[in-house]
Amino acid sequence: MSIRLFRIDDRLIHGQVVVGWGQPLGVQFIVLVDDEVRASEWEQDLYRMGVPPEIEVLFASAAEAAARMPEWRADPRVGILLTGDIDTMAAVCANLGDVPAVNLGGMHHRPGRRERLRYVYLSDDEADKLKRLVSNGVNVTAQDVPTARAVPIEEFI
Amino acid sequence: MSESLVGVIVSHAAVAQALVAAVQAITGLEGALVPVSNEGCDYTSLAARLERAVGGRPAVLFVDLPGGSCLTGAVRYAHGRDSLAVVTGVNLAMLLDFVFNRDTAPRDAARRAAEAGAKAIRTPAA
Repeated sequence: MSIRLFRIDDRLIHGQVVVGWGQPLGVQFIVLVDDEVRASEWEQDLYRMGVPPEIEVLFASAAEAAARMPEWRADPRVGILLTGDIDTMAAVCANLGDVPAVNLGGMHHRPGRRERLRYVYLSDDEADKLKRLVSNGVNVTAQDVPTARAVPIEEFI
Repeated sequence: MSESLVGVIVSHAAVAQALVAAVQAITGLEGALVPVSNEGCDYTSLAARLERAVGGRPAVLFVDLPGGSCLTGAVRYAHGRDSLAVVTGVNLAMLLDFVFNRDTAPRDAARRAAEAGAKAIRTPAA
């Protein structure tokens, strides 16, 4: 599979993704699945600014992602698929049916969430959604950068 | 005369705080710069930190990298506001020039700061 990392990160494309993961994985394309960013050319330009020209950035809505996933998975290049929230990643996993693992890279403090790890804050509802992913066969771990330990979901939920 | 600009440094970790301390140590000026770290922030909470740092004043947002969450957060916050301008690649030289040239429009100050910062990058013989 050419998409090597399925990541949930509410900062979307930023240094940890482009440099932290991008360098060791040799990433050549990033798929950002986010309805809001997909609808805004201005935001797309903003996210492209942080990415070197040799890495292609593709933007998709959740619906478009479902349709284009076979094309991305057949791409011979190494890619990362990013979502900013659990619901969108759950939709991606449901559509594909065989996503082996999801990386929880960053979900930060908001009202209604509580700290699980330094970079992971979740509401109880969000925690339940992650548990459902696990029960569907997806290995969910938290890991902000590749040099950190991948923390199994049982340790923080 | 219109209000002097404030400089808001937006960085990863504690880079912004260190730059503010360095400018104060060199110039003795206080209050011209405000540090903001993106530590632990999503874009909503980073915007709240920027809102507090700017405090309704005209400002230049000095961002550490030309991409990434600090830039994304700063540009999102400044979008559509004429009283704000953004510069990337913040360095000490551009801040030292800025703190003495704050009675101008934000975009003019941002251009001047970018030029001052670029001039500081050299490869002197050692």
